[in-house]
Amino acid sequence: MRCQSLLPHARMNSAPRLALRDITKTYPGVIANEDIDLTVLPGEIHAVLGENGAGKSTLMKIIYGLVQPDAGTVLWEGRETRIASPAAARRLGIAMVFQHFALFETLSVAENIALALPDAPAPAALAERIRATAEDYGLPLEPQRPVHELSVGERQRVEIVRCLLQSPRLLILDEPTSVLTPQAVETLFTTLRRLAAEGVSLLYISHKLDEIRALCDRATVLRGGRVSGHCRPAGESADSLARMMIGAELPQTRLSANNVRREPKLVLHNLSRPADGPFGTALHALQLSVHSGEIVGIAGASGNGQSELLQALSGEATLAQADMVQMLGAPVGRLGAAARRARGLGFVPEERLGRGAVPALDLAANTLLTAAGDGLVRRGLILRPTVRRYAREIIKRFRVKCHGSHALARSLSGGNLQKFIVGREIAQNPEVLIVAQPTWGVDVGSAALIRERLIDLRNRGVALLVISEDLDELFSICDRIAVLAGGRLSPLRHTSATDSAEIGRWMAGLFPTETTHVPA
Amino acid sequence: MNDWLPILATTLAAATPLIFAGLGELVTERAGVLNLGVEGMMLIGAVSAFAVASSGGGLLLGTLAGIGAGMAASALFALLVLHCLANQMATGLALALFGVGLSAFIGRDYVSHVLDGVSGYTLLDGLPPLDPFIVGSLGLFALVQWFLYRSRGGLVLRAVGESPSTAHALGYPVRLIRWAAILFGGACSGLAGAYLATDYTPMWVEGLSAGRGWIALALVVFATWKPARLLAGAYLFGGVTILQFHGQALGLAVPSQFMSMLPYLATIVVLTLISRRGHAIRLNAPASLGQVWHPDS
Repeated sequence: MRCQSLLPHARMNSAPRLALRDITKTYPGVIANEDIDLTVLPGEIHAVLGENGAGKSTLMKIIYGLVQPDAGTVLWEGRETRIASPAAARRLGIAMVFQHFALFETLSVAENIALALPDAPAPAALAERIRATAEDYGLPLEPQRPVHELSVGERQRVEIVRCLLQSPRLLILDEPTSVLTPQAVETLFTTLRRLAAEGVSLLYISHKLDEIRALCDRATVLRGGRVSGHCRPAGESADSLARMMIGAELPQTRLSANNVRREPKLVLHNLSRPADGPFGTALHALQLSVHSGEIVGIAGASGNGQSELLQALSGEATLAQADMVQMLGAPVGRLGAAARRARGLGFVPEERLGRGAVPALDLAANTLLTAAGDGLVRRGLILRPTVRRYAREIIKRFRVKCHGSHALARSLSGGNLQKFIVGREIAQNPEVLIVAQPTWGVDVGSAALIRERLIDLRNRGVALLVISEDLDELFSICDRIAVLAGGRLSPLRHTSATDSAEIGRWMAGLFPTETTHVPA
Repeated sequence: MNDWLPILATTLAAATPLIFAGLGELVTERAGVLNLGVEGMMLIGAVSAFAVASSGGGLLLGTLAGIGAGMAASALFALLVLHCLANQMATGLALALFGVGLSAFIGRDYVSHVLDGVSGYTLLDGLPPLDPFIVGSLGLFALVQWFLYRSRGGLVLRAVGESPSTAHALGYPVRLIRWAAILFGGACSGLAGAYLATDYTPMWVEGLSAGRGWIALALVVFATWKPARLLAGAYLFGGVTILQFHGQALGLAVPSQFMSMLPYLATIVVLTLISRRGHAIRLNAPASLGQVWHPDS
């Protein structure tokens, strides 16, 4: 590896907070970690970089006590330690923000946080502490809200605040920025830098190479379960980091001009909806049209009406008036999900497990869920060999890493499952495709593949609507972009005619309101 | 006024076994364990309490025997579902059937024996005496309500029922907590049985509980796992049971079979109406209810 071996600068004399030596963990048939060395100093922000399957998650689970290594030693503040359980890890001062959130859905924010604190104060005092900490670090939270009503972004805030209240000495963050606005990422970085200045060590796992370069002091790169290099990210370019991580050039996504005849395929006309539950957001007279051969992006932090809009589009919720949603010129607002799909709608929901796929069913059965109309069923009977072939085709075309069409949906990593779900929807040749958070928690290679396939679809004349919190992504694949904030839609701009600073301001609700025509 | 007091008293009495058994099952289910064996545990508790009381053990010892027997039956259930990872529904049904048979077997020698019943405490002159079991059922309700929503232990219990693997990741002893919840449920069912056998109808007959264990199970679901709604449901059931007796006494020309069905029907209809609004059942149901969980899975 070209990357130079680095001596930890400036803090040479202090014992490392955490040092892993020759950590090896083998699962039947897979070597998850092999001879991993990792040293984290006090007050250091240390990045762990790697593709899905590179062994990052296993390594973090070892540090957090969820998994025991087969070989190797763990040194905590200079002493050899066995981290036998998460409780033991927490006693040492290790806290973790999970990628798949470890939250209890039916409990409130405050209750979730109380469960992670060994000596939680009385509810009122705790709520006050949560509010104070959340304000202090710029992560506003309402302690009494039940978690099931929170958006993905808000849930992550709960996890981060929960960790902060534990006064950790080592904080592990697994892809913490994947759902944050640029401004919120800045706030988070301020928080993390402040924690580091206070002496907290941070292990920062991310695919976002620019962020790692901006934030992290040192990086350990994993590939195929082994350390493929150490480096100081600030001295590297995103390309050189990507080469270390995937052993190849960073895939580029670019929009090319296409000359598909442009006609509106999806039109929202004064789309209004009451809020879902007391903490949801009502939609106010949304106007939007998506033409064939274009990708329209809707930016905005989740919780601003995103879930209400997605339900209105997918048909999970029917609307007051049929013409509020028009597809291919026909009003479909009163139709359910199946009827809209039959007319050529494809839909990739935000929640992969539970909405996009049934966790306990295999990939073939999950294919059948939405693609049954594609000749997979005859006279009410399932054509099993056809279904398997169909699923295998998706697995091949989208390079889904799994044990074939028999693999259970829940056994796939987030990125692989997303590739499969996107593949399943694309395979049905939709006229209109709605995608929520296309690459959330997905590694660089898979994300590039998904974006490329979405652009292919656009070039074939499909109308795509992408709802995402990842602005970089929206700017790289969208023709036009709008912001959904507080249940209202901003003006729609060509991506070339705006920039992330303006969109960021709009995400805070500061956009000009266009004259909306009042229905007669 | 004086006409209504007996009706009120009998309503409270009819609701009491449902409150005991229902609260116990509610706590068990809140920990994510579905124990369908309530009817069996009630009967085992009832026959044990009756046997001890009628053999000269007295009411207190009899009640304790009922509680202990209910716990023993639930311990068997806990061993099977928590350690042998048996299917909770099948094991619970087996326990219900086992309890019916075992209680009939033990109770052979006691059929048609009669106990003296319980003398209540007189609180105020002119009011009927208070039955200690009825007072106890209200106390238990207050205790469960406080435990579930005010104490840290209750929060941990609800967390375990919601997601055992997350609770495990946070370092909570999931299996131990479920053991405790199952034993509490068994104790409550045993207590309900003891009340039926020594106080409500102080006489042993086979199948004494007459399906109350199943009604208690239904109440827990229709009450959307909330103690206060469970209490309301139990009193509704009690009230209609008593109205049915009075209806017969007044000579209403309704078949008695229909009248006997009425309490069950009314309870289910009203509680269904209550839980219809929103997604109450889906939201309040402990997410891991009935699922086998193992720390290494």
